Amino acid sequence: MEVTLQHYLAVAAMLFTIGVFGIFVNRKNVIIILMSVELILLAVNINFVAFSAYLNDVHGQIMAMFVLTVAAAEAAVGLAILVTFFRNRGDIAVDDASVMKG
Amino acid sequence: MTPDLLKDLNIAASEGVLALGGLVLLMVGAFVGEKSARLVSVLSVALLVAASAVAATGPLGVAFNGAYVADPLAIYGKVAIYIASAVAVVLGGGWMQRERIARFEYPVLIVLAAVGMGMMVSSGDLISLYVGVELHSLALYVLAAYHRDDLKASEAGLKYFVLGALSSGLLLYGASLIYGFTGSMRFDEIAAYATANPGVGLVFGLVFLICGLAFKVSAAPFHMWTPDVYEGAPTPVVAFFTTAPKLAAMILFARALSEGFMEAHAQWAQVLILISLASFVVGAWGGLAQKDIQRLLAYSSIANIGYAILGIAAGTEAGLQAMIVFMTLYMIDTMGFFAILLSLSRNGRPIRTIADLAGLKNDRPVTAIAITVLSLSVLGMPPLSGFWGKYYVFGAAASAGYWMVAAAGLVASVVAAFYYLRIIKLMWFDAAPDGVARTDKAPVESQWIGWACAAFAFPLVIVGLTWLEPATRIAASGFGAG
Repeated sequence: MEVTLQHYLAVAAMLFTIGVFGIFVNRKNVIIILMSVELILLAVNINFVAFSAYLNDVHGQIMAMFVLTVAAAEAAVGLAILVTFFRNRGDIAVDDASVMKG
Repeated sequence: MTPDLLKDLNIAASEGVLALGGLVLLMVGAFVGEKSARLVSVLSVALLVAASAVAATGPLGVAFNGAYVADPLAIYGKVAIYIASAVAVVLGGGWMQRERIARFEYPVLIVLAAVGMGMMVSSGDLISLYVGVELHSLALYVLAAYHRDDLKASEAGLKYFVLGALSSGLLLYGASLIYGFTGSMRFDEIAAYATANPGVGLVFGLVFLICGLAFKVSAAPFHMWTPDVYEGAPTPVVAFFTTAPKLAAMILFARALSEGFMEAHAQWAQVLILISLASFVVGAWGGLAQKDIQRLLAYSSIANIGYAILGIAAGTEAGLQAMIVFMTLYMIDTMGFFAILLSLSRNGRPIRTIADLAGLKNDRPVTAIAITVLSLSVLGMPPLSGFWGKYYVFGAAASAGYWMVAAAGLVASVVAAFYYLRIIKLMWFDAAPDGVARTDKAPVESQWIGWACAAFAFPLVIVGLTWLEPATRIAASGFGAG
């Protein structure tokens, strides 16, 4: 069987959905949320690279490079914020992140 | 360097000035140490003002193969954004000194966010759209958690980060589908494929893109982060959040839709109408039960973003102009509101709840008048500035055939009037809770900025409109379907 564009798109769509569900369904740990965010960005990257190869156009791959860079920066910022949260709170469970309600 | 590259860099000079300046300020802060907070604040205000002068006088044109656009809309947006950022630096500097959390990172982060917002308003393709959005978002996540010893602030930062990262993911997934189904990143080339009857894949991508951007402007039903972040983040940071980033994201919204997808207007107009109706409902009804002032202002901003989105949904030049006028006037109103909030404290503790404002007229009559003017303005009382913003938006929506939506917006603003009027009633007619309503001596800068914004809301707005009208007309020209 030949691997076509559709297959890549299907894989990316699945990874994207898993990532989104990982953010909403996960009730335990903020680290898992960070992993889900990463999954979403990588799913998008598969999309970009697959389209880029299919269209014979280099822009998609350039975008993939930017996404990788930004994902690294985002993980750094996210972990830094998580560290300040942990210092104030003592744990990083999602359920407890609710001082504010309304 | 080739002459082409020099020409491109010249067109993008304002971002260059800001980015280099921001890095220099970071080095100054790193080498001088904690004492440099004040110096870096002053320098960054100068830098932002200089960048807006560079943007205003710089050449118009398209640079970097269409990735960067400097047109009147971008110039207008940049000048407004940089000035609002400078005001946020001034407001925050003094406040943080008094709270003893003054560090040099605050002005640097605002400068870096301003670079991102400048990229957003002049993005000509999906790559610069994404990079601009991320550049400003990453700085804003850190700013939300700026008060790092405060549990609420770090929780606000965490929530903002998680939902912001999710929204970037949605935006990016939409961008990848748009790229795949049109074969181009550039808005002007996308427009050739986005016809009145686009394919399913393109519509999917467009909807994802709209959802991602709606998150960034905090429009319902993507607003859930807003009240928590507004309540938890430091007040000057919230003052910044409600002004410059909102304007940048709205201009980006308008540019992406009307440059890339004008032919498919019928498709996205429905989505935007739905978003703006949801924002009216959430903003107006959600605010009724709030006790915390900053939380209340969060709901107020959700409702107001609904009006601005209605302007874009009209899809006409008049609609875009209405959106810009509305956002400009709204920015001035909320900046004033937050400045006054920053200038009020009792026994060294900031005023947080609406009930704390009771009996303010005896103690601080001028400030009470200023709050009254700003409240009436945000609620849309003629002839204050908020009324003119809504007047433009409703006019544009009605002439585009969205009578019913404009009527719904009117109803929502009547409902929302309740919570603005409650503030006014508390200040003028209720006695202070325990009879001793002495407020502390107000800090100079926030008090004067607050009074100045109130003075603009009325009566200066009448004069202001005579230049705002032509300026926004030029900015909006060339967009939309006539």
